[in-house]
Amino acid sequence: MSQYDVIGTRAPRVDAPAKATGRAIFVDDMSMPGMLYGALLQSPYAHALIRGIDVSAALKLPGVKAVVTHKEAGLVKYGVSPARYDETIFCYDKVRQVGDNIAAVAAVDMATAVEAASLIKVDYEELPAVFTIEEALADGAPLVHDDYKRNISAEVHQEFGDVEAALKECDLIKTTSLKSKRQDCAFIEPQGCIATYDLSGNLTLYSSTQTTHYVQRSLAMALGAPVGKVRVVKPYVGGGFGSKASASHLEMAACLLAMQTGKPVKMIFDREQVFLHGRARHQFVHTMTTGVKKDGTIMALKHEAWLNGGAYSSFGIATVYYAGSLLGGPYKLPNMKYDGYRIATNLPACGAQRGHGGVIARSCWEQQLDMIAEELGMDPLELRLKNIMTAGDVTCNDLDMSSLGMKECIEVVRDASDWKNKKGKLPQGKGIGMACGFFVSGAGFPIYRSETFHCTVTIKVTEDGGTAIVSTASAEIGQGSDTTFAMIAAEGMGIPLGMVRIESGDTDFGVDLGAYSSRQTLMTGQATKQAAENVKMQVLDALSKELHVPVEDMDIKKGYIVFKKDKPDLSALKTRYIKEHREWTDNPSLDDELSFREASRIAFFTKGTIVGTGMYKPPELGGKFKGAAVGTSPAYGCSAQIAEVSVDEQTGRITIEKMTDAHDCGQAINRTSVEAQMHGSMAMGLGEALFEEVKFDDKGRLLNGDLAEYKMPTALDMPPMEALIVESHEPNGPYGAKEVGEGNIMPTIAAVLNAVHDAIGVRIHELPLNPERVYLAIKEYREKNAKQ
Amino acid sequence: MKKEIEFMLNEEKVIVEVEPHWTLLHLLRETLELTGAKEGCGVGECGACTVIVEGDAVNSCLYPVMEIEGKTVTTIEGLAKPDGTLHPLQQSFIENNGVQCGYCTSGMIMSAKALLDKNADPTENEIRTSISGNICRCTGYVQIVESIKHAAGSMKNTQAAQNGK
Ligand code: FES
Ligand code: FES
Repeated sequence: MSQYDVIGTRAPRVDAPAKATGRAIFVDDMSMPGMLYGALLQSPYAHALIRGIDVSAALKLPGVKAVVTHKEAGLVKYGVSPARYDETIFCYDKVRQVGDNIAAVAAVDMATAVEAASLIKVDYEELPAVFTIEEALADGAPLVHDDYKRNISAEVHQEFGDVEAALKECDLIKTTSLKSKRQDCAFIEPQGCIATYDLSGNLTLYSSTQTTHYVQRSLAMALGAPVGKVRVVKPYVGGGFGSKASASHLEMAACLLAMQTGKPVKMIFDREQVFLHGRARHQFVHTMTTGVKKDGTIMALKHEAWLNGGAYSSFGIATVYYAGSLLGGPYKLPNMKYDGYRIATNLPACGAQRGHGGVIARSCWEQQLDMIAEELGMDPLELRLKNIMTAGDVTCNDLDMSSLGMKECIEVVRDASDWKNKKGKLPQGKGIGMACGFFVSGAGFPIYRSETFHCTVTIKVTEDGGTAIVSTASAEIGQGSDTTFAMIAAEGMGIPLGMVRIESGDTDFGVDLGAYSSRQTLMTGQATKQAAENVKMQVLDALSKELHVPVEDMDIKKGYIVFKKDKPDLSALKTRYIKEHREWTDNPSLDDELSFREASRIAFFTKGTIVGTGMYKPPELGGKFKGAAVGTSPAYGCSAQIAEVSVDEQTGRITIEKMTDAHDCGQAINRTSVEAQMHGSMAMGLGEALFEEVKFDDKGRLLNGDLAEYKMPTALDMPPMEALIVESHEPNGPYGAKEVGEGNIMPTIAAVLNAVHDAIGVRIHELPLNPERVYLAIKEYREKNAKQ
Repeated sequence: MKKEIEFMLNEEKVIVEVEPHWTLLHLLRETLELTGAKEGCGVGECGACTVIVEGDAVNSCLYPVMEIEGKTVTTIEGLAKPDGTLHPLQQSFIENNGVQCGYCTSGMIMSAKALLDKNADPTENEIRTSISGNICRCTGYVQIVESIKHAAGSMKNTQAAQNGK
C-alpha cells in the first residue's frame, strides 16, 4: 500500500479532455477584434553587409499598418546568457545567417503582410561566409562577430584531478571520436504569438513558449518597457524540447508592431522558419581518451569537444559547458580534463535541445566504454556495474548524486531484456547493446545572476471550500506538468484530484523560470507542495480554534478531516454550513464526517479567502570553479537502455527490434506520464541515431527545411519499447521526485551504436546511422579485414 | 471572387462563401471557427490537419475547398455526441494517455476513426499504418497505439452488446 493517495497513481491528465476533443486553445487558434497579421523580412544571404533598407513601397501598399526595422526597434543587445548578448531585434549592419531578420510588417491580413515584406528593398553586399568548424577556424576566415576571435564564441578548459598522471598508471588507454549532425526540435506546433498593447502602456504577449519569465524579461529589456507592464501568457503549447525556451525575434517583432499600431498583432512561423530559427541541437564533434586498469577500473578521461554553434550564441555557453560536465557520472571517475569550443558560423543559430549539450558526448563515451570492455574481455554491462556510482557519491566535478538508482536501472534492463542469453550470442546481423546516462533535475542557478526564487506558487480555495485553484507561471508544454502539480497539490492538501483546478503559464501568477533543464517537477513541485501544506495548515488552524482540538491531532486525507484522537462533536459546525447556504445545490451531507469543504468554509469565516503560498530556490550547491553553475543541480535522474537491432548487411539498413528502458525518476508522481516521457525521449533519440539531419547547401540555405525531407520517426519506424520505472527517494525532491524528460534520452544513441557493433562487428563514429553510412562502414571494415 | 459552396459538416448542412484558392483547413479554421484541426506544416507532411471527407482521412491543408461541394466532412468537433458523450476514441485517448502536447491529437484521432469505421478489428500494423502520415514528436506513438487498440476493443464490445439485445 502506497503511503500516498494521489501521488504514484495513473490519474488521467487534467488537460486530456480538452485536447482529445480539439478544444484546447493554442496560440494559432486565438484571434482578437481588430487583429493584424505580421510577417518578417528575412535575409536570403548567409553573410552580407546591409547598405540600405527602403520600406517606402511596403508602406504604400493598401492594408499595411506598420513597417518596422532597426530604426524603430533600436539596437539594444539581447540574447540568452548575459555574458553573450549578441543579437538585436533586427539586423542593422550585417546579416549573419540565412533568415536573419531585417524588418517586420503588420497588415490587415496575412497575404498583404507577406506581400508588403517582399516589397521592402534591401541593398546587400555579400560577404564570404563560413559554414563548417574547419572553415570558421581557418587562417584569415571571415569573422561572424568581430568580438569572437577565430570565431570561437565560447571555450571551456577544466581539469579535475590529474589526468596525465592517472593515464600513466593505466593498463589500457583508448582514444575515439564521434561526430553528429544538427537535429531539429521539430515539434508539430510552429512558434507563434499574439501581442496586444493598451492605452495604459500594458504589453501582453500570448506566446507558444516554454519560459514566460525569461520572455518577459527579454521583452522588457530589448523594447525598453517596464517589467511590471509586460505580461506573457502561454496558452497550450504544442511541444518545445528546448527551442521555445528563449525569447525569439518573432515575439519581439509582434510586440513592437502592437506598440506601433495599438492593435493586436499575430505572427506565426511557417515550417521553414521553425528550422531557421529553431535554435535546436548543435553539431558536436567529440574526441575522448579514457584510461582504465586491467580490472576495468576507470581512471581518467581526457575530452575535447567542438560545437558548430551557428550565427548567435543563444544557449551556447551552457551547451558547451554541459557537453563536458555531464560526463562526471554516473561512473566513478577520479580524473577528468575537458576542453570545449563553440564555434560561430553563418548557419542558423543553435541552442538548447532535450538532453542539453550532453547527448552526443554521452554517446561517444558509452561507445568507447564498450570498446574498452571488449578489449579487456569483460561484459560491457559488468564494466559499468564495476564503476557505478551510488546515492551519496559526488563526482570529481562536484555533482552530488543525492539519490541514484543507476545500478538498479542496469539490473532491471539486463533482466528484462534477457541480456545474459543474448549478448554476443545472437546470429550475425542481429545485435544487442546497452548504455547509461543521467541528467540534471533543474539548473542550480537562473540564466541571469540573481537571488530570485526559481518559482512561486499560490493556491487559493474558493469560498465554499469546493475547489482549490493552483496558480503557477510554470509551463505545460505537453510533458504533463499541469497534471503533476495538480496531483502534488491534491496530495499536499489531502483532497481528491478532482477538487483541484490548475491555471499556469502566466507571468501574472508569479515567478517561474519555466520548462527547461528538467526543472519543473522538482522545483515547481516543491513550491506547490509547500503552498498546499500551507493551505492545509490554515484550514486546520481555523478548525482547531472552533473545535478546541490541537492542530497536531488532526490531518486531512482524501478530502476529509482525520481526528487522530477523540472525534469532537461536529454537529454544530455541520449545521452552520448548511444553514448559511440553504440555496446551494451541493451542500455536504449531515453524516458524521467533516469534509475539507466544510472545514475550509469555516476557515473562510475567520480568515477570508484562504491563500497558501510556496516558493523554491535550490540550496547551496557544490562547485566553486568557473562554470560550476552548469551541471550542478539539486538532483539527477538516470537511465539505462538496451537496444536490440538487426542490420541488413546488403543495404546497410538498421531496424530497431526492441528498446528496453529503465529510468530512476525518484518517486513517480504520475506513472503513466513518466512512461510517456520515456517513450518520447527514446523516439527522439532513435530519430537522431538513425536519420535526422538538417542539411544546408554551400550558400547556407536549408535543403530539407520541411517535414517530408527532414526524416523523423513515424509510427511505423518505432519498435516495441518497454519503459520500466525505477524509484529511488530523492531527498531534495517533492515527495522524493526528480526528472524524467531528459535523462532518458542520454543512453539511446549509444545503445544503438553498441548493438550495431554486436550485430556486424563494425564501429561507426558518425551519425546518423542511415543506410548509406552503415553500408560504407561495412564495406570499409571488410576491405580492411581482407587485407589483414 | 467568392463562390458559394454547400456541404455536410459534422451532420449539419453548411452553405458558405469561399475564395476558390482556399484549402479546406483554411475554411474550417479561419471562417467556420473550427480550430480543432491544426496546421503543423501546411503542405501535407505532418497530418495535424487531418479530417474525414467521405469516409477517408485527408490532409485538409491540401484539400481544395471547391472540391468539398456536396460532400460529407467530419472534424474532431463532430465526434462527441451533442449531449457531450465522447466518442470511444476520445475516451480512450484520455484514459490511455494518447495525448501529450495535443497538437497532433485531433489528426491522430481522425485518422484512427477513418480506420475503425472501415476495419473494426485492426492489427497493430494496420493501426500503425493508418497513422503513419500523422507525425507525433512527443509520444513515440506507444500510448497512441494503445489508445486506438482499446477504443477498437470497446467499440466491438458495445457492438456485441447491442447485437445481443
Ligand atoms: S498541416 Fe496539413 S499535413 Fe501538416
Ligand atoms: S502529442 Fe505532441 S505531437 Fe503528438
